[in-house]
Amino acid sequence: MIRVQSEDFDFGAEIKALSRDNHQIGGLCSFVGLVRDIHPDAENQAMTLEHYPGMTEKMLEEIEQEAQTRWPLEASLIIHRFGRLEPGDQIVLVATASRHREAAFESCHFLMDWLKTKAPFWKLEEVDGKGEWVEARDSDDKATRKWQQ
Amino acid sequence: MKLLYFAWVKDRIGLSEETVSLPEQVTTISELLDWLSSRGENYASAINEGKTVRIAVNQNYAPEDRSITDGDEIALFPPVTGG
Repeated sequence: MIRVQSEDFDFGAEIKALSRDNHQIGGLCSFVGLVRDIHPDAENQAMTLEHYPGMTEKMLEEIEQEAQTRWPLEASLIIHRFGRLEPGDQIVLVATASRHREAAFESCHFLMDWLKTKAPFWKLEEVDGKGEWVEARDSDDKATRKWQQ
Repeated sequence: MKLLYFAWVKDRIGLSEETVSLPEQVTTISELLDWLSSRGENYASAINEGKTVRIAVNQNYAPEDRSITDGDEIALFPPVTGG
């Protein structure tokens, strides 16, 4: 399941809901991305996430489908937020559940790596009223490529 | 054709979207980028910035040699930075 939303999510409730009705699940792995305080001296800072409605959902569904093809997953969830966020806020949740831990660990890692280079989101960092678009990192491309062998 | 722009591509061009009629000789993404660049400095600076602009046709990533038609939705945007 994928969700793209501006509102926050309840991590505990999401994880419980994912595994509650499926007792074949033996392991569940999750990752939460948070807004970091990168300018501790600034009076005001925020991170605004822009996205491409329509394509975002399509790409997240494709990425999730790819994970389900590669690993025997019992359940998976991707929640990605957009809009204005502040340090400490949750940005993204990825959770995968399987009978055994390896598939859950690996697919969770895979989903985050793929999402970072394929899902059409862009971060605008604002520090004391000045906005700057975050640049993509080569290390993210490398992280995606390691899953392509 | 519907064109969508995101992040700094949008900022430089000064628009988030527009509808254009393609000249007859524009049949691929690469030709579309050349044509857009010729429409003004704002387009040229967004499109030629380090050749990093990514293209989606009908909400799928597409290479520059991909052919396009007037009914397509084409998006131009920087490398993505979500997650």
